Amino acid sequence: MTMLFYIGLSICSFLCLYRIGRGPTAPDRTVAIDILGIVVVGFCAVVSLETGKDFYLVVALAWAFLSWIGTIALAKFLEGRGFDE
Amino acid sequence: MSDIIGFILITVGILFNIFGCVGLVRFPDVYNRLQAATKCVTLGTVMLLVGVAVTAGGPAAAKAVICAIFILVTSPTAAHAIAKGSHISGVRLWDKSVVDKYAEEVDGKD
Repeated sequence: MTMLFYIGLSICSFLCLYRIGRGPTAPDRTVAIDILGIVVVGFCAVVSLETGKDFYLVVALAWAFLSWIGTIALAKFLEGRGFDE
Repeated sequence: MSDIIGFILITVGILFNIFGCVGLVRFPDVYNRLQAATKCVTLGTVMLLVGVAVTAGGPAAAKAVICAIFILVTSPTAAHAIAKGSHISGVRLWDKSVVDKYAEEVDGKD
């Protein structure tokens, strides 16, 4: 059953990677990177369910936090402003 | 019983993720892609985490719920920041888009 979950999340990851490689503008790639980070959080949750170990959910929380920080930094970069405004 | 409910929640969540990523590939514009992908993938991942919480139980459920709340708070803020940044960086709307409230507001201020 978890194999089906891995296959579905892998399809999501490959669609995001297609948009990262193909995207015509920089904001397309930023959106795809954001979505890929959230999909990886789902991967960590499914791994936690399969192995029965809790700390993969802590990994998922840390990954969500770092992905959010990276997305905010890329958005500020797209606005063309400094990071301290 | 909780296993069945959890697996149904996880399956529906992954289906939402796949539909959101198909929208990310198929839509014509940055803003269309942003709204499709962000809303579908946020709801799908939150449903997946709630399914993991229902299935696992115990301390893992608390961690999964904290992670779900965090994603529910941060994903719309990230989408808002990307939309504003892409508008300021000069990305045009699609030809058939009909309304641009942000540009109207910025023009009204000048």
